[in-house]
Amino acid sequence: MIHPPAAPLRIYFMKKNFQHLVSSAVPLPIENIDTDQIIPARFLKATTREGFGENLFRDWRFDANNQPRPDFVLNNPTYKGEILVAGKNFGCGSSREHAAWSLGDYGFKVVVSSFFADIFKNNALNNFILPIQVSEAFLQQIFTAIEGDANAQLEIDLEAQTIRIAATGQQVTFDINPYKKACLINGYDDIDYLISLRSDIEKYEASREFNF
Amino acid sequence: MGKTLVDKIWDNHVVVSKAGFPDAVYINTHFIHEVTSPQAFDGLRKRGIPVFRTEKTRATADHNVPTIDQHLPIKEALSRHQVEMLTKNTAEFGVELYGLGHPFQGIVHVIGPELGITLPGMTIVCGDSHTSTHGAFGAIAFGIGTSEVEQVLATQCILQYRPKRMKIEINGQLKKGVVSKDIILYIISRISASGATGYFVEFAGEAIRSLSMEARMTVCNMSIEMGARGGIIAPDETTFAYIKGRQFAPKGADWDKAVAYWKTLHSDADATFDKVLSFDAADIEPMITYGTNPGMGMGVTQHIPSLEQVEDKERPSFKKSLDYMALEPGSALLGKKVDYVFIGSCTNSRIEDLRMVADFVKGKHKADDVVVWIVPGSKQVEAQAKQEGIDKIFEAAGFQLREPGCSACLGMNEDKVPAGMYCISTSNRNFEGRQGPNARTFLASPLTAAAAAISGKVMDVRELV
Repeated sequence: MIHPPAAPLRIYFMKKNFQHLVSSAVPLPIENIDTDQIIPARFLKATTREGFGENLFRDWRFDANNQPRPDFVLNNPTYKGEILVAGKNFGCGSSREHAAWSLGDYGFKVVVSSFFADIFKNNALNNFILPIQVSEAFLQQIFTAIEGDANAQLEIDLEAQTIRIAATGQQVTFDINPYKKACLINGYDDIDYLISLRSDIEKYEASREFNF
Repeated sequence: MGKTLVDKIWDNHVVVSKAGFPDAVYINTHFIHEVTSPQAFDGLRKRGIPVFRTEKTRATADHNVPTIDQHLPIKEALSRHQVEMLTKNTAEFGVELYGLGHPFQGIVHVIGPELGITLPGMTIVCGDSHTSTHGAFGAIAFGIGTSEVEQVLATQCILQYRPKRMKIEINGQLKKGVVSKDIILYIISRISASGATGYFVEFAGEAIRSLSMEARMTVCNMSIEMGARGGIIAPDETTFAYIKGRQFAPKGADWDKAVAYWKTLHSDADATFDKVLSFDAADIEPMITYGTNPGMGMGVTQHIPSLEQVEDKERPSFKKSLDYMALEPGSALLGKKVDYVFIGSCTNSRIEDLRMVADFVKGKHKADDVVVWIVPGSKQVEAQAKQEGIDKIFEAAGFQLREPGCSACLGMNEDKVPAGMYCISTSNRNFEGRQGPNARTFLASPLTAAAAAISGKVMDVRELV
């Protein structure tokens, strides 16, 4: 177990402990969902981190007249929960952290996919949203379970790094780097750790002749 | 054992490396802009801490700014507020701002290189995924989220795991009418929009080596569109010649020392990569995308894949994409009518791009029912274009030369392509709604875009050059 600095300097924002989650899930079996779909650029003009949830998947959820599109999963009351299950390469494209903020603000704590884009993965973890990468086969098992029962429960245990389909008992383990895992469980963020390295940073700077 | 270029630069910037932790990596240059920085400054305020190294942070306003009448207040209230917040935040925290009206203002990935801020051997970050552009100079440059912007403002460092290494070689020489944008669209079409995720990609080979700096930037710019953490090209005489004499570049004895160091920045002959891909430049034709991610591209004379050519599992996403584009599987794009032409963005808005377009359209006029927007990447590019008379060529061709900004690449300002319309665009993303709600984007090179502007349809530019 890796421990970030003993006492976090300050705790702000959406920091919260995360260990165990049991929830139904919302299925979105589409590949290459980019962050422009998660939150379109025209909604990036806010200067705070709050309130992005109402525009999550804006153009898939609402038509040009701002009417809900009945065929989109978030408008279907059958599906709800704190877990989003999506096709491979989720979160590709723009680095906008607003994508993670909008998912979190809407109420998602976990996104499950068979593949995540790098920047999105970092952004999610920095906002205490857990990206769980599973095999393509297990992803299909989850979609099948939800298809059979919209209320199918998924159980996630971060400490044990497992995700389980409650009804079938199918379970797999997932990877997460130990540092980020400790941050999630303890509610620490990267700045707490980096600030604790200040004297190392200054020593490094003194050792360099040029700024490259 | 030899090291790759990325490893050499990485090792030079590791401040602390502890087992189980990501490396604390020192950042030489941090670019910020109005969209992804306000929440980071707020974070500093809440923590009660300053910007750690103000002189290593540079700001500009680009994403939100109008591209006409920039001397007037921004009309749209939310955009104006965001740009004003950048002015306020940079003044309060002591960061240099090249805002609207400043002669250095422009798209962040255009101004860094043209001012000589971007240098070989640097680590560079920005809250924008196209930060990979700066890799063209032999720098480790990548996009970050706002929490990471705050980390860098607070400590000049970022926590990162060392990326895997990939080399992509483009051997041989490009054919006439084929330019650097076609190289990168070709690579992405071959390896998909996630084909390089987790890797830092070094571009090499004769075709890359023979590119100008601006053309190299186009290639590195779109590295992120195949999922790569970044793209990089080893610096050489072309690089040094481009940098020399620029505003913030090293001068005098410092220059000589810098060049001596920069010459060591290449992958050693016995360095190993996790993955190596090789392509032949002669196989590349002018490219165009037909779908809603940059991996959905093809040679301009090719046909869109038929449903049978797409794997079962991928068919629903493929169909959704073509439905959005209102295109038929198996059809061709040659001759397809376009409504808008956008030449701009951090991918293709530099002076060479504008010269390439001007050379092609000189003495010609745009098709009647096409709207053509040319958006220079910076005030300096705009000034240079006017000095060279390029503005007159565009005017005579019926093109609108606008003022610098990100513009219709992402449509955060008024420059949106109307719903249902087709835009051939030199930008980097063809995502649903990217250029405006329900707008349809074909990504292509400046040459292919210019040909469409003149003919009003998708053309094989090789027939015209």
